[in-house]
Amino acid sequence: MGHYVSPLRIPLIEGNKTYAEITDDICKPTERTPTKLWVLAFTVSVAFLALYFFVVTWTIWQGIGSWNLNRTIGWGWDITNFVWWVGIGHAGTLISAILLLFRQRWRTGVNRAAEAMTIFAVICAGQFPIFHMGRVWLAFFVFPYPNTRGPLWLNFNSPLMWDVFAISTYFTVSLLFWYTGLVPDFATVRDRAKGLRWKIYNFLSFGWTGSAKHWQRWEALSLVLAGLSTPLVLSVHTIVSFDFATSIIPGWHTTIFPPYFVAGAIFSGFAMVLTLMIIARKVLNLEQYITIEHIESMNKVILLTGSIVGVAYLTELFVAWYSGYIYEQFAFYNRVLGPYWWSYFGMMTCNVISPQFFWSKKIRRSIAWTFALSIVVNIGMWFERFVIIATTLARDYLPSSWSYYSPSWVEIGMFLGSLGLFFTCFLIFTRVAPVVAIAEVKSILKVAGDQYIGPKAKKHDHH
Amino acid sequence: MKTQNKEVLFGLYNDETELLSAIKHAKDDHLDIMDVLTPFPVHGLDPLLGLKESRLHIAGFVYGATGTLIAFLFMTWVFVRDWPIIFGGKPYFAAPSFIPVTFEFTVLLAAIGMTVTFYTICGMGPGIINPILDSRITDNKFCIAFDVTHGNANEEKFRSFFSKTGASEVLSKNI
Repeated sequence: MGHYVSPLRIPLIEGNKTYAEITDDICKPTERTPTKLWVLAFTVSVAFLALYFFVVTWTIWQGIGSWNLNRTIGWGWDITNFVWWVGIGHAGTLISAILLLFRQRWRTGVNRAAEAMTIFAVICAGQFPIFHMGRVWLAFFVFPYPNTRGPLWLNFNSPLMWDVFAISTYFTVSLLFWYTGLVPDFATVRDRAKGLRWKIYNFLSFGWTGSAKHWQRWEALSLVLAGLSTPLVLSVHTIVSFDFATSIIPGWHTTIFPPYFVAGAIFSGFAMVLTLMIIARKVLNLEQYITIEHIESMNKVILLTGSIVGVAYLTELFVAWYSGYIYEQFAFYNRVLGPYWWSYFGMMTCNVISPQFFWSKKIRRSIAWTFALSIVVNIGMWFERFVIIATTLARDYLPSSWSYYSPSWVEIGMFLGSLGLFFTCFLIFTRVAPVVAIAEVKSILKVAGDQYIGPKAKKHDHH
Repeated sequence: MKTQNKEVLFGLYNDETELLSAIKHAKDDHLDIMDVLTPFPVHGLDPLLGLKESRLHIAGFVYGATGTLIAFLFMTWVFVRDWPIIFGGKPYFAAPSFIPVTFEFTVLLAAIGMTVTFYTICGMGPGIINPILDSRITDNKFCIAFDVTHGNANEEKFRSFFSKTGASEVLSKNI
């Protein structure tokens, strides 16, 4: 092609691939029998999923009393997990939407899997507030429908209500965006398949033919969905932070929360993308599509957002001190040195110190370091939510109500179970759908393939 | 999709650059291209084929604006007319706190509306079967298709066009 590509650009697709090889490499994992490693991982995930069904049934049967929440600490592991999972989901939208608007070509290698991760993470997130409702069979009360109780409407002034709209919209839009991207690739899988497999993929591919007009509309739709998803993803974690920020609890009632939550969400989301991608590229033989360059780019995002989060922590402390407001000062004194000092310490170490290693190019490009640090970041971000929620509630205005909270086995089981739900969904996804966006990778081959640019580029002018 | 009893003659190219230059030739020869099918969106194809910009985003705006109005007016009606309640000392018409839900509903309606419109106008949907000319078009072949049964189409002219522009294969199919 006649495109000019800057010599500074690095190849994103390695191995001198042709279009047919790209199709082959990416479709194969869905066509061969599962590997032993996959079966093992799937078995473990399903075991945790079974645990999830058990503890959820237990919770419904026994009631929320089976959790260790008490009069003082009304939100514990449940809302911690909710915020954690929603945050993880954000990286998928960031990669697929914001990087599309910014024309970042490296997104094509990881966007499909990251969006899948978003959808599964939002499913996991939704579980916690739903089961925290207690009488979960009345959960449909959250939707504004004409009812026989007046009709008595919802409180649209409440951030918890905003959350319902934000999360359900986020889930729907992410699903539409993801599936629209998948349709042409399902058609590719369909055209390689026979028999029942053909029937299934024919159904899933919606009758896609690859007509020029359809591609044009498809690109227009993707662009507008990206344009809609970008403010949407920022609004979702902003609204999640409103759950806290619009309350009048010292330690929660701060204007810094929305940007701080969004940065934290992207931070933890990229960490989870890396955890998953480092395993997936190895197991599915996709190392030439999800390259070290991709990993390094994501590590740069982690370094940036991790530093933003670090600045936010320090700003909070400074503002608490500078405000001269004793309740705010106490809330932060308690956060750092109170009964949950260990979680604050864990948060600071994992979120502020650990990403700073990524200043080193060697560490950014090291698979082992990246994998280890991505898990550390995920643990750190869980601690962050726990610090915000539990430590703040444990010391309220009335010292006689001060309390301490640790989770019951049901709450621990529900968290571990949600991991099972997430990984079961993700492992099924790697078997049924192309994990890398085939059409999108092909469309950047001539400007990002290693035979065209970079040190290994063939000297001849291919046009 | 029902068969239209069309005889389609199509050529397959190995590369998008060959495809683009072939389309330029077809234009010069005044050949009436039925469709161009590619494995991925090829840039520079739309102006060559004379495809007008999609108006999907206009539809998206209309759906979004509908969502904005529905959400905002509904909440206003609920709290001002149908069942006024004072929440936290706010006025009944607490416009700022209607913003989050209004925004989410705008995005929701725009996204659902546009996606449904997209599949409808493309003639696609769950279980719909559209005729597939060649299974390699979703893999690595770039296809130009002519309708041989259309008007005064001349099959020989198409064949000579394909051999001139370097099509790797020329096939025909009844759809």
